[in-house]
Amino acid sequence: MRTLIQAAALADGTSTDILIDGGVIVELGTGLNAAGARRVDAAGLIALPGLVDLHTHLREPGFEQSETVLTGSRAAAIGGFTVVHAMANTFPVADTAGVVEQVQSLGDAAGYVTVRPVGAVSAGLLGENLAELGAMASSRAAVRVFSDDGKCVSDALLMRRALEYVKAFDGVIAQHAQEPRLTEGAQMNEGTLSGELGLAGWPAVAEEAIIARDVLLAEHVGSRVHICHLSTAGSVDVVRWAKSRGIAVTAEVTPHHLLLDEQLVHGYDATYKVNPPLRRAEDVQALREGLADGTIDIIATDHAPHPLEAKECEWSAAAFGMVGLESALSVAQAAVVDTGHIAWTDVARVLSQAPASIGRVAGYADGIVAGAPANLTLYDPTEARDFSAAMLRGRSVNTPFVGRTLPGQVIATIHRGNPTVLDGELIDPETVAAHRATADGAHHG
Amino acid sequence: MRHLLSTRDLDRDDAIAILDVAEDMADVAGREVKKLPALRGKTVVNLFFEDSTRTRISFEAAAKRLSADVINFSATGSSVSKGESLKDTAQTLAAMGADAVVVRHGASGAPRVLADGGWIDAGIVNAGDGTHEHPTQALLDAFTIRRRLHGAASRGKGLDGTTVTIVGDILHSRVARSNVWLLSALGAAVRLVAPPTLLPVGAAEWPVEVHYDLDTALATAPDVVMMLRIQAERMHAAFFPNPREYARRWGLDDARLSRLGSDTIVMHPGPMNRGLEISSGAADSRHSTVREQVANGVAVRMAVLYLLLSGTVED
Repeated sequence: MRTLIQAAALADGTSTDILIDGGVIVELGTGLNAAGARRVDAAGLIALPGLVDLHTHLREPGFEQSETVLTGSRAAAIGGFTVVHAMANTFPVADTAGVVEQVQSLGDAAGYVTVRPVGAVSAGLLGENLAELGAMASSRAAVRVFSDDGKCVSDALLMRRALEYVKAFDGVIAQHAQEPRLTEGAQMNEGTLSGELGLAGWPAVAEEAIIARDVLLAEHVGSRVHICHLSTAGSVDVVRWAKSRGIAVTAEVTPHHLLLDEQLVHGYDATYKVNPPLRRAEDVQALREGLADGTIDIIATDHAPHPLEAKECEWSAAAFGMVGLESALSVAQAAVVDTGHIAWTDVARVLSQAPASIGRVAGYADGIVAGAPANLTLYDPTEARDFSAAMLRGRSVNTPFVGRTLPGQVIATIHRGNPTVLDGELIDPETVAAHRATADGAHHG
Repeated sequence: MRHLLSTRDLDRDDAIAILDVAEDMADVAGREVKKLPALRGKTVVNLFFEDSTRTRISFEAAAKRLSADVINFSATGSSVSKGESLKDTAQTLAAMGADAVVVRHGASGAPRVLADGGWIDAGIVNAGDGTHEHPTQALLDAFTIRRRLHGAASRGKGLDGTTVTIVGDILHSRVARSNVWLLSALGAAVRLVAPPTLLPVGAAEWPVEVHYDLDTALATAPDVVMMLRIQAERMHAAFFPNPREYARRWGLDDARLSRLGSDTIVMHPGPMNRGLEISSGAADSRHSTVREQVANGVAVRMAVLYLLLSGTVED
C-alpha cells in the first residue's frame, strides 16, 4: 500500500511530503498527490529516519518473564525505533549460530522492528574462550556486532584476539567497560554519596582504565572498537584523545546517563540502580558535551527489562537496569536538544545513521531520501507529557522516568514502508505480522 | 518521630530531646521495679536479618521495660538466599499488627526501603543496615559521653567543644557514619583516624578532620577515643598488610593508653578484638566506657521506642 506523509518537517527544518511505495521512499516534495494512498497528516511533526538502537536487551530466549522479542519490539516501535540490536546475555547465551538465528526469526515474525542479534564475544559470556564468531557472522543473522555486555571482556589477551578476529568479516567488538576487580560488589558510583549511603562504590576509573586499554589495543591491531554506555567525564576524555590519534573507536551514551545523576540514589529506590551507575552531575554535563562535539557517536538505550520483584527489594539485592526504548527520544530531547547541545539533524545522526553504520545495517546511510528504504519516525516535539508506566509497551515497567514531565511523543513509526505506530499508538500484532509477510513476498517473489 | 532510619535526619534539638528522654528512662533502671506501662498493648518486632545477639537483647529489654509485647523474628541470611522477599516479610508483620519494627539488615538502606515501600504502616527503627548507619548505637555513644562529661546535669546539653576521635575501619562502619552525623550535630568536633584504604572516598567532605596517624591524633588530647572493630573479612582483602601491622599503627595499645589524658574516655561499640584494635589494658581501664555503653543502650532504645510509639519529638 502506498502511504503519503504530508507536510512533515525534516530534521533540517525543511517541510516536505514523503511518498512511500513498496517499502521504499519514492518521492519527496511539497504538494505531492497520490491517488489511493493512505494519508498521514504530519503538520507540526518532525520526520526522523527510523531510529536504530545498538544496545537492547530483549531477554528472549530464557528470561521471558522480563521481555520477549515481540514485547520488546513493540516497546521499540512506540519509541520510534525500526532497528534494535538484541544483546547476547540470554539463556542460552547468543554464542552460536543457532541462537542468533532463532532471535532473528522471532524478530522477523513479530515484524515491528528489524531485530539484529548481537553475538557473544566469549563462549557462555565466561570471558575464557572465543564464541563461534565466524559462524554467527556467516549465519542467516549475519551478526556484525559482538559483545559480552553485562560483563566486561576483562582478559586483555582475549580482547586483543577478539578485536583481531572479527576483522575477517567486518565485525566490531562492543565493550562493556568495567574492570571486574575494581567493581566487586559495586552498587553505585563511588564518591561522597556512596560513602554516606554505605553502598559499595563503582569507581569511574574502573570504566576509564578498560577504555584506555582497549583503544590502545584497537590501535595496535588496527581494529575498530565500540564502547558501550560511557558514563564518566574521564571516559569522554579518553575517547576524545583516542579519536585525536585516529583510533577507530566509537562510543555510545544512554539516555538515562544524559539526564539523571547519582543524587537519585539517596532514597535507596532500586528503580535507579543501573550498570554503569548513575554518575555525578559533572559527568552528565561532560557526556552531553561529548555527544555535542562528536566524541560520543551515538545514543543507545541499554533497554534492560526486569520483573517487579527484581526492583521491589533492598538496593543490594535488586537487579541493575532500566527500560529505555519507549522514552529514549523524549529523554534525548530533554537532555540534549532542549538544552541546546545538539540539533535535530544531530539526533538523526546519533540515533539512526551512526548506530546503523557501526552495526553495518544497510539502508540508513542517507536518512530520508528518495530511493531509501522507508524507515522513519514522525515525532511531535511540542507536547509535554507526564511520563507514566501506562506509556510503556514492553513487558516490564522498570523505568526511572515515571513522574517526570518529558517532552515529545512519537506519533508514527514506519518500518519497511508499513506503519507500526499511527496516531501515537501501536498497530495490532496481526496487522504488523501480515504486513511483514507481504513485504517478504514482495521482496523474494 | 515516625521512624528512626539515620542520624543524618536528626538536628541538634531532635537529638537532645531523645537523649533527655533517655535520661528519664535510665532513671527507671535504678528503681526497684524497672518497668513502665507506657507501651502496654503495643507490639514491637525485632526483625533481624543478621545475627546480633547484643543489639537484639538490648532492644528486647528496652521494649519489655516499656511493657510492649515483643516478637523476635530472626531471618538470618539475605532475603534472596532465604527465598522470601523483604516485601513479603513486611506484609507478614503488618498482618500480625506490628506497631514498630526494629530491623537489622545486611543491606544498606533496607530499613528505608521498609519505611517507604508502603507494605507496612509500623514505625521502623534501624538497628544497623549494612555499612550505612546504626543510629541507636550513636545515640547511646552520645548519651554515654554526655553523662561522663556532665553527670546528673546532662539534660538539655549538647557536646559542644568536645573532641571525639574515631579510629579504625571507617569505610565499612555503620557506627562511624551514625556517630559522625550525630556527634557533629551535637556540637562535637569529630576526627577520623584510619589507614587510607579504610576511609571512604569523599570522607574529607564530611564534617570531620581526617588523619592517617594515630599518634598525631592522640597527641592533641581528644576527650573521647572511639575504637572500631576490625572484621575478620577485611584482613584478607588488601586493606592492610596483616593484623600485626594494623595493631602497631592503629591499635590502642597500653603505650598509647598511658599517653591519654586522665579524663579521656575510651569507647568501643563491641564486640572487641582484644589485642588487635584495642588492648586488654585499654578495654578494662578506668577510661573505658564499654560496659556503660551497654547499660545506656537499653535506656536510649527505650527512649526511641517510646518516642516512636507514643509520639512527640516533631517529625
